Amino acid sequence: MSSRVEILNDGGYRSDGRRQYELRDIDIDLSQQGTADGCCTITHGLTQVLVTVFGPKEAKMRSQTLHDRAVINVEMNVLPFSTGERRRRARADRRILELAATIKSTFEPVVQTTLYPRSQIDIFVQVLQQDGGLLHACINATTLALISAGIPMTDFVCAVSGGVHSTSPLLDLTTLEENDLPHMTVAVMPRTGKVTLVALETRLHVDRFADIFRLAGDAGQALHKEMKRAVKSRATRLVGAMETGMKPPMGGADAFERDVVMEDKMSF
Amino acid sequence: MHKRAPAFCSAARPGASGFCTRCLFRRARMPRPASPSIPEKEFLYSSLKQSLRLDGRNLLEMRAPTLTFGPELGWVECALGKTRVIAQVDAKMVKPPPERPLEGIISIHSELSPMASSEYDSGRPSDEEVTITRMLDKVLRRSDVVDKESLCVLAGQRVWHLRLTIHCLADAGNMLDCACLAGVVALRHFRRPEVEVVGDEVTIHHPSERAPVPLSMHHTPYCLTFAYFPETSILPVLDPSHLEETLSAGLLSIALNAQRELCVVQKAGGVPLAPDEILRIVGIAVDKAKELDKTVEERLKEDWAGRTVEVR
Repeated sequence: MSSRVEILNDGGYRSDGRRQYELRDIDIDLSQQGTADGCCTITHGLTQVLVTVFGPKEAKMRSQTLHDRAVINVEMNVLPFSTGERRRRARADRRILELAATIKSTFEPVVQTTLYPRSQIDIFVQVLQQDGGLLHACINATTLALISAGIPMTDFVCAVSGGVHSTSPLLDLTTLEENDLPHMTVAVMPRTGKVTLVALETRLHVDRFADIFRLAGDAGQALHKEMKRAVKSRATRLVGAMETGMKPPMGGADAFERDVVMEDKMSF
Repeated sequence: MHKRAPAFCSAARPGASGFCTRCLFRRARMPRPASPSIPEKEFLYSSLKQSLRLDGRNLLEMRAPTLTFGPELGWVECALGKTRVIAQVDAKMVKPPPERPLEGIISIHSELSPMASSEYDSGRPSDEEVTITRMLDKVLRRSDVVDKESLCVLAGQRVWHLRLTIHCLADAGNMLDCACLAGVVALRHFRRPEVEVVGDEVTIHHPSERAPVPLSMHHTPYCLTFAYFPETSILPVLDPSHLEETLSAGLLSIALNAQRELCVVQKAGGVPLAPDEILRIVGIAVDKAKELDKTVEERLKEDWAGRTVEVR
């Protein structure tokens, strides 16, 4: 069925026209969503994930609080229209619970939870569309949402998926490729170059593993640049907006002029 | 007051005094298991720093697995030290689902009751429980251990449904590896009745009539878990005991077969590791899996030699 599609053709192109090591288009949107303290919508090709972060705030359940650090709570929801065939998944689906647990344990050592004792950080992950690389999109979105919430972290966490087609490694797989190839997700912390997460679920020879593993690590570094750029541009915008708002009040004829200046500056 | 039995009262609505506000069932003080004491912790860390383990093993030494086979085929008890797991396989004939008419069905049921350890609650599955069940599913089902097409008897009409039940009896650390080993050995040990198809007629021969046939298996994966500790001077430890597991700062589970094929590599969070370190651990796991494979094969052969299969 699906194996009729050529994964990698003789010219070195993949089914969606990418090269072997080419990542899909990344779109990062850090704009405000409702009352969330931080949020991020990330789009890797046709995979789209929205993460909202609430907190740090006082913990809801007293029994769950820790006296020396904050508790991270991850809830994940896969929307029924996110895949090709529409189907409603139970919230207690083991696969989703596992993904949520993976996200939680990935971020626990990275977020400086000790700064917020007896409190709670809620992370809500909504999967809007999926086309392969679900875990890596969720992790990247969570990193950015935590950053936009202003929660101190020791480093970014950048995740990329990789696979291998006979002997040639590929990066950032789509569903089509994931169904046919052995694949894995690797999350790196770019500053130290260390790996926080490795998830391989399909059979793969040890020798091939090392290739993809190193490649995905390097791709994580490239992704880091993109993520950092998004954070910086968002921060510059916010600072810009703050500057215009904080201009010292001027009287008389200047007041009229100020309005014009503000409008100029507000149109980004 | 709600009418459900107290055991099913979620007790998630505790009042100020710890009583469930709906049924006045007093919630047992379950949520947080007692953590090891500070001296215990210091002692473990300082001894590990000198490459000593509390049970006298080397850092990269597994507890030798003890495999006990039951009178039936496909009944295995596996013990790693005091961790004990029973795995049992049974097969029945069913009609396949229309979307997969040519494949047999394998289902895995894992039972983690509070009997294994007081940390397992009988209510909502905890994070560890989800991890264990999902890992069993990935290692034993998704990595294509059993050839599913060989379980098909009559396309679209009759296939074998294999049911693997895993009972965790005692948790003294590293339940996951023990459960995976028990599961995979049970599948190797199991033999299904011989069937005969004439036209649309399916005859199942009783084991006493015709010798039952072993399952056709693609490979035999073994799961190995390494524990990491917060202090970087401590080297990783294979097959962590319960205390080591609770005091660890991250686990790396690798499932692979003796043919050097990785099936699952799972490192979810925990201390970040250098890429070279992970590749080194994978290399160690390759050797360990080969050793484990040898012992398992020997035990299976021994058991089979001691069995008399009556064929009239």
